[in-house]
Amino acid sequence: MSKTHVTTSINASLHEFLCEPGDTLLDVLRNELQLTGTKEGCGTGDCGACSVTLNGRLVCACLVLAVEVEGMEVGTIEGIGQSDSLDVIQEKFLEHAALQCGICTPGLIVSTKALLDENPDPTEAEARYYLAGNLCRCTGYDKIIRAVMDAAATLGGAKEGV
Amino acid sequence: MYNFNYHRPTSIDEAVKQYDEAEDGQYLAGGHTLIPTMKQRLSAPTDLIDLSGIKAMQGITRSDDGAEKMLQIGALARHEEVASSPIVKSMVPVLSALAGGIGDAQVRNRGTLGGSVANCDPAADYPAAVLGLNAQLVTNRRSLDAEQFFMGMFETALDEGELLTSVHFPRPEAAAYVKFPNPASRYALVGLLVAKTNDGVRVAVTGAAPAVFRAAAMEAALTDDFSVSALDSILLPAGDMNSDMHASAEYRAHLCTVMAQRAVAAIVAQDQARARQVTSEVTSESTS
Repeated sequence: MSKTHVTTSINASLHEFLCEPGDTLLDVLRNELQLTGTKEGCGTGDCGACSVTLNGRLVCACLVLAVEVEGMEVGTIEGIGQSDSLDVIQEKFLEHAALQCGICTPGLIVSTKALLDENPDPTEAEARYYLAGNLCRCTGYDKIIRAVMDAAATLGGAKEGV
Repeated sequence: MYNFNYHRPTSIDEAVKQYDEAEDGQYLAGGHTLIPTMKQRLSAPTDLIDLSGIKAMQGITRSDDGAEKMLQIGALARHEEVASSPIVKSMVPVLSALAGGIGDAQVRNRGTLGGSVANCDPAADYPAAVLGLNAQLVTNRRSLDAEQFFMGMFETALDEGELLTSVHFPRPEAAAYVKFPNPASRYALVGLLVAKTNDGVRVAVTGAAPAVFRAAAMEAALTDDFSVSALDSILLPAGDMNSDMHASAEYRAHLCTVMAQRAVAAIVAQDQARARQVTSEVTSESTS
């Protein structure tokens, strides 16, 4: 079983890698490409810690084979904000202390960005429904939702100002 | 997971050939059951045949099947695609609501109609729609009625290597799907699809038993009197139902009646809303 060559776009830059058919996208992101912002939680698609986008759609990287992303666009937490200039969503997570241990945070931020890209002005129920696939075991959901709603309001406000 | 050979065919014929040539092949659609199963080493195919490159298994269209308009959905349609499709919303709105309630956003963006139906999980949502709406299942070899398709727990009429390629749904007069979701997975502890169709009232139950089934007693009661109270005294036999850490068989039997009544109430409300709309159109025509 020879390695497969895969060409893909990750955070809008071209990447090529070799992988075994059984490697998941998560394995390659973390172990080959050193993009360790994406976390492994359950490994079975239940917890959402490994959330990334694939052609703009939110998915669990642990259940996508790396060979499947040939020619596709992958978006990870590394593509959202920089350490010296955080994204609004990241700022709001800090402001509302919407994290404790932090293992769910990259996935939640990727999911929140996907939510707000699809639905910039969600109701709280819509936000909770959309983020239902991201588990936080420190149970900080209330603060997380406050951060998400504040980010939506801030981004909405910014859009009106343009 | 154990390693395997990976194939990405671009046609149905090529996929079937690769399957036939493999020692122990397996088709890959959304992978949301298969990949976790392989990770747990409960499944170890020698060859995975990734169907995502097959255009003929994609897309959602309206087709004319004789006099009847059918909604034709490619087996590779992802749940989110079905949930947000304008064609599905206009022809079989119950299906877009059902697809929008499967799992979570990450699952809906990967899982497929064909994968769900062919896997035949006892708690999956789609089988209730396929059986309740009397859909036709089209494979690379034949077309099957929903009644013939679902055989038991994770067991369908598909033969070795046979590939489900599309599902054709007739348009119901009215339909509703109501489930009691497992709060963690959103799988149906019990899910009831009630439909008024060309061949009468149909009630399909998922989640309760080893496989989806029709509740004949409920269908008979609703045929006589399509109302919530018609189901008051109907309790499906718990002896045939699943019992696990989430719910006992008796509780599932109880939920079947409650969910069926909620579905009937939703259809009655739809009918009333439609009647009001017609009345107001007639009134505005006569006054103009």
